[in-house]
Amino acid sequence: MKLELKGITKRFGSLVANDHIDLVVEPGQVHCLLGENGAGKSTLMNVLYGLYDPSDGEILVDGKPVVFKGPGDAMAAGIGMVHQHFMLIPVFTVAENVALGNEATKAAGFLNLDETRRKISEISKQYGFHVDPDALVEDLPVGVQQRVEIIKALVRDAEVLILDEPTAVLTPQETDELLDIIRQLKAAGKSIVFISHKLREVKEISDIITVIRRGKVVGSADPSASPTELASAMVGRAVSLTLEKKPAQPGEATFKVRDLTVVDHNGQHVVDGLSFEIAKGEVLAIAGVQGNGQTELTEAILGVQPHVTGSIILDDVELLGKSVKQVLSAGVGFVPEDRKIDGLVGTFSISENMILDLYDKPPFAQGIGMKPALIASHAEKKVEEFDVRTPSIDVAVGTLSGGNQQKVVLARELSRPLRLFIASQPTRGLDVGSIEFVHKRVIAERDNGTPVMIVSTELDEVLELADRIAVLYRGKLVGIVPAGTSRDVLGLMMAGVPEHEAELTAHKTLEGGTHV
Amino acid sequence: MSTTTTQSGGGTPAGNAPARPGKTGATGLVSWKAGIGLSLLAILGTALFGFMSNSKSAGFGIAEAANEAASSVAALVTFVLALLLSVGLGYLWFARRRPGPTSGSGLASSSGTVPGWLPASFVAAVVVLGLAALGVAKVSKITLPSAAIGWIAAVILLGLAGYTVYLTQAKRATPRWVGGTFAAVFLIGFMVWIVAGGNGDEPSISLAGLIAGSVTLAVPLVFGSLSGVLCERVGVVNIAIEGQLLLGAFSAAVVATVTHNVYAGLVAAAVAGALVSLVLAVVSIKYLVNQIIVGVVLNVLISGLTSFLFSTLLTADPDGLNKPGRLPPVDIPFLSDIPIIGPILFHQSLVGYLMYIAVIVVYLGLFHTKWGLRVRAVGEHPQAADTVGINVNRTRFWNVLMGGAIAGIGGSFFTLVSVDAFSKDMSGGRGYIALAALIFGRWNPIGAFLAALLFGFADNLQSVITIIGSPVPSQFMAMLPYALTVFAVAGLVGRSRPPAASGIPYVKG
Repeated sequence: MKLELKGITKRFGSLVANDHIDLVVEPGQVHCLLGENGAGKSTLMNVLYGLYDPSDGEILVDGKPVVFKGPGDAMAAGIGMVHQHFMLIPVFTVAENVALGNEATKAAGFLNLDETRRKISEISKQYGFHVDPDALVEDLPVGVQQRVEIIKALVRDAEVLILDEPTAVLTPQETDELLDIIRQLKAAGKSIVFISHKLREVKEISDIITVIRRGKVVGSADPSASPTELASAMVGRAVSLTLEKKPAQPGEATFKVRDLTVVDHNGQHVVDGLSFEIAKGEVLAIAGVQGNGQTELTEAILGVQPHVTGSIILDDVELLGKSVKQVLSAGVGFVPEDRKIDGLVGTFSISENMILDLYDKPPFAQGIGMKPALIASHAEKKVEEFDVRTPSIDVAVGTLSGGNQQKVVLARELSRPLRLFIASQPTRGLDVGSIEFVHKRVIAERDNGTPVMIVSTELDEVLELADRIAVLYRGKLVGIVPAGTSRDVLGLMMAGVPEHEAELTAHKTLEGGTHV
Repeated sequence: MSTTTTQSGGGTPAGNAPARPGKTGATGLVSWKAGIGLSLLAILGTALFGFMSNSKSAGFGIAEAANEAASSVAALVTFVLALLLSVGLGYLWFARRRPGPTSGSGLASSSGTVPGWLPASFVAAVVVLGLAALGVAKVSKITLPSAAIGWIAAVILLGLAGYTVYLTQAKRATPRWVGGTFAAVFLIGFMVWIVAGGNGDEPSISLAGLIAGSVTLAVPLVFGSLSGVLCERVGVVNIAIEGQLLLGAFSAAVVATVTHNVYAGLVAAAVAGALVSLVLAVVSIKYLVNQIIVGVVLNVLISGLTSFLFSTLLTADPDGLNKPGRLPPVDIPFLSDIPIIGPILFHQSLVGYLMYIAVIVVYLGLFHTKWGLRVRAVGEHPQAADTVGINVNRTRFWNVLMGGAIAGIGGSFFTLVSVDAFSKDMSGGRGYIALAALIFGRWNPIGAFLAALLFGFADNLQSVITIIGSPVPSQFMAMLPYALTVFAVAGLVGRSRPPAASGIPYVKG
């Protein structure tokens, strides 16, 4: 099936998310859409999948124009989509999820799930998925959930499969497995639209790359193009992909975590007996796939997790059991993983957000009053220093771009004298330019002699920033390895393989020459 | 389908906290709620049933059969069938249960191989067996000495509470049977104590009458909570059940009187309930107004409207507008002859039988059909449903309408079965209790049905006890259903999980 998009335009009010986009997906081809977050890739695919009506332009299937009123029409036309956030119902079984919307029934509308189970095992066999049709989706690992999504599309005879940022939630090993699956699908004659901003995968899997920037197609590229070229095309200016930093000069270890255990409301040990130390002037990166206890670890340090045992010592003072306010005034700077929820108050102005944690202390407060003039001048100074692109400091923070919002959070957290700096997913959803800036500030804080803890699910970022790397898996520490550790070893450790075993396996794979 | 059904379905609540083997770390995470709650209740039980017991005996009458011969035949047949069923189910349960612990490595809990309906059906079969045995033996009255039974119950209660506290201290989860046994023993102790406290030398009540009355009182509650199940499963919170019941009652009375046809009244009740739902659906689904606010406003509005119409029109012409006549009770041949069970379950009005049908249809529909799968998907994750081509808001709209119609039928119970005239605010807060029953029943039609029966029981017990006289002031007895509601919803039975998208409007994109 040949799929063509001609002059697709999608406007949301005055915002043009897609501007006359042309795209041709040939059968049996892996077509990558490369672009930064917010470039309009997902919007385009939602138009194609019938979730949004295009403001202008048309979609052609095998040369004939079609109109998709909803996802049902798109699926009937042979288009399947694996969304970035899976569209699976957690409390349903795999079979129920696959059946939904496409149910096989017996008389009187009674479900015939055996038929669905049969189809699932057929497809599982064909592509080597190991999926139990009767497992509850919420119990499955993310990689398997993704396969369920692929099965969902295949059961509906999809010829074109759209994968929206499919690797964002996967370990490096799961990513490799996914790429293998994509190759198989391609061999079976399916077309794949692969949406990503990760250059490595794009280069590895694609037959053709289309680069999108600010809602427009800015050109196509060959998979053999260098990463710097691709990144420059994506951002629209020359970028350097490597960070220049001096070697770390670790001092004494002032931040010590001992036997830290966090139990969630279901009784699960989400953080399980963690012990580590961070020295002054050193970056410890916490690596791991999302959902392996990183969030709970950072929140436990900050003091917002309810069931925590063990000990957290900063400068010989126990932080565990202290209120958040006490922890912050002990000199902890904290960049939360979701700036929109935990980092900022979206409807507050930039200047108000800059003093969220200092509003009640001099010099910004006096008695019960606040000092607006001082707060404003403080904000002006920080906006300047952190290069926040904004028309004014009175603009609501929620209207800024992701990169600028993150700069506001950083400006606030770094404007106090710090004894410990924690940044969780500091560059999630940022453009390449902002990433560069954030990384520089993190290293600058390290060079100031602050112990720094970075939590990141992006291996690139971990390798970029870390002086030592701690890998978490299911709340447990798999190991702490030096900065120079190879990607393969880290990838295996992120899947729970202990350090020495990971090194052996990675070594063997390399010698075997099967690794791509 | 089958697995989800057995996990979220089945008669008994399926226990959301599976005991995880190998998780015995020092956490202090096992909740003290059960231990403390049971201990307090056990102490209360000891004080009431033990120390405050008297020397009298409590009598529990078993209903006299209308037709002696038919009754004993029916009893015998039921006894044999129940015996076979109990043995069969018991064997099945035992057989499936055994391989559990050995294969239970990692996350597989030992009860994983036992479908949820099995223990529940087994218990039900045993109860039927016991009742049929009473019928076969032609027992007409059971007399129990208050003090002896009271003390035995108190000791068992204290023992169970102690066991729970011990388990909690050892950081182990309390098995489910503890709660069930505790409730049963507490109930028996309570019944004996309160009946023995009545007037006369040997106070007694009719057990069959008590339970039959409970089922009857539960009818509007069941319809109301089914309406709630249909709405919440699709993602709309229906607080307006109270209003739907009330308008259903009103319309049934007026239409049945005007048309001289009670069945027309029944249909009118369904339409009235659906009308209330229509407002709820349009305002909350299309205009995205907070569902709870709309529901409360509707309740107040309907209460005011019906009161106004009642005091102006209905009282002015009661014969022409408010004399609907009744739906007569219908006996089902043979089944209604079974001692105790027959008069309870198979001596109902049309509305009562509609209730059984509605429970079964809604249960099968929700968990075994295409329609139900889509409904539950919309209530759990509307966006996912949308991406597979299901029209979320249309599904919601029709479900809410259907829920309203069901609640409306429940409302007709007040004016066509219970009393044959409408009076001001005659639903008396039962819509809210239906809401509690729905939560207590864990958003499951059968669970909601059982919970509603429990509330109906509390309601009926209160009136029965008031008649024979009791040591407890009647005001306290009147509180019983509501106190029970608070306990039930506060979650003595464990955490329940509502449909994830319940109460959240769906906006595309």
